[in-house]
Amino acid sequence: MIKRDLVIVGGGPAGLCAAKVALDAGMSVTLVERFNRLGGQLIKQTHKFFGSESQYAKTRGYDIAEILIKELDGYGDLEVLLEATCVGLYPDKVLTIYQDNHYFKYQGKSVIIATGASEKVLAFENNDLPGIYGAGAVQTLMNIYGIKPGSEVVMVGSGNIGLIVSYQLIQAGIKVKCLVEAASKIGGYLVHASKLKRLGVDILMNTTIKRAIGKEKLEKIVTVKLDENWQEIKNTETEIKTDALCISVGLSPLHQLMSMAGAKMLDVSELGGLVPKKTCDYETTIEHVYACGDVTGIEEASSAMVEGRIAGLMAAKHLGFKHPKAFELEETLNNQLCVLRQGPCGEKIRCGLKKAGEIND
Amino acid sequence: MRIKEHPILNFDHTVKIQFSYNGKAMVGYKGDTIAAALFDNGVRHFSDSVVHKRPRGLYCAIGNCGSCYMNVNGEENVKTCLTLLEEGMKVSSAISEVNDD
Ligand SMILES: Cc1cc2nc3c(=O)[nH]c(=O)nc-3n(C[C@H](O)[C@H](O)[C@H](O)COP(=O)(O)OP(=O)(O)OC[C@H]3O[C@@H](n4cnc5c(N)ncnc54)[C@H](O)[C@@H]3O)c2cc1C
Ligand code: FES
Repeated sequence: MIKRDLVIVGGGPAGLCAAKVALDAGMSVTLVERFNRLGGQLIKQTHKFFGSESQYAKTRGYDIAEILIKELDGYGDLEVLLEATCVGLYPDKVLTIYQDNHYFKYQGKSVIIATGASEKVLAFENNDLPGIYGAGAVQTLMNIYGIKPGSEVVMVGSGNIGLIVSYQLIQAGIKVKCLVEAASKIGGYLVHASKLKRLGVDILMNTTIKRAIGKEKLEKIVTVKLDENWQEIKNTETEIKTDALCISVGLSPLHQLMSMAGAKMLDVSELGGLVPKKTCDYETTIEHVYACGDVTGIEEASSAMVEGRIAGLMAAKHLGFKHPKAFELEETLNNQLCVLRQGPCGEKIRCGLKKAGEIND
Repeated sequence: MRIKEHPILNFDHTVKIQFSYNGKAMVGYKGDTIAAALFDNGVRHFSDSVVHKRPRGLYCAIGNCGSCYMNVNGEENVKTCLTLLEEGMKVSSAISEVNDD
């Protein structure tokens, strides 16, 4: 068994930022990532980020990943495991890591879980046909491998991911036939939706997918209109030919490792589902096990970075490692989070955190 | 099909990698995962569901859903969306023909 001061699971923005701060404080760190490179969801994001200067606003997602990865290059006592999946976490902070057909055991004096989230599926007839993808998969095929996911795409969901991936499909020269949204209001930022409309994408409101049609792969979908009570309206079924249906109806936290270790979990719909109960130091109910980023509630890369830094700082502090700027940093980071969650866009997350008992009014 | 022109991204598709899928020779590019290369070669049906044997394709492409499991160089249950393609790899899937019922 390999023993380290800190083992971090997940090399997205949260995990990378946690690693940097913990290394600053002098900890020995192992960062475990199941993909063949670091960066998490950022590596496929070609658009410039919103948010504030301290979280690299106006920089493209994959460039932010590069910046965060460079900061770690050759820095401190860091070990990075790639193509390595953490498949087990136990209350004594032992982790089982699967890499290259072997299982390894690690033990951290502390552990940070930064596994991010997975895309939700939508229930309709034949929703498992090949040709039906999570929007993230389509983005991965296009922006990482340069592969066209289909020739005529239908997007489901008008949240920011649905809107942004639709735009990126058009940038890659792929036709977006229409975007289907069950609600009567666009879920994401209106600027993104207007851009799509200007490019000629039909946005069908109060509409959902009734069924998919195809033998071995998707050939057509049938949509249906919904009334104000989300009930199907008779005689409004419409067939649409498509070879790629992209589902973007939200994400749920990848909570499994913490559930397995017996950390107390809470079911908070505003945060995306099951999330660990944690203190304001980002510590779960298991001492010295922390969680940060999308796995603690679906939010954004900007907040994932700040949360990662706080978790790294607290993991160090609780083990007696002294970060050179611990005091100022703690205050700055907490302020940054408050700013990120202000205003109408932060309402859902504030409501979720309130339910989880982590913030007051 | 590969994206030829892109306003922001440049794709380097110069280094070819030869592999086989269910005995058929295929070509992918350096940096591809097995799943990406298969997809580019027109493969959409990656596995069958366990009980009802319904065809399954890529769903998440980042290792979450498990619908891309295949046999790689004799090793069962490899997540092809996470595994990088290597020269000479032998990839196979145990998918059944789709019938009409
Ligand atoms: C299309 C799109 C547009 C977006 N636009 C914006 C934007 O404009 N601004 C913004 O701030 N945010 C944006 N986001 C959100 C942002 O990308 C995420 O909130 C952020 O990436 C979350 O960071 P994370 O580190 O928590 O998780 P992730 O980035 O998901 O990283 C988690 C990592 O953990 C790894 N992992 C998971 N399980 C294991 C395991 N068991 N073992 C080993 N490794 C594991 C994964 O492979 C992954 O690399 C966007 C997201 C998408 C999809
Ligand atoms: S496509 Fe989901 S695990 Fe590979």
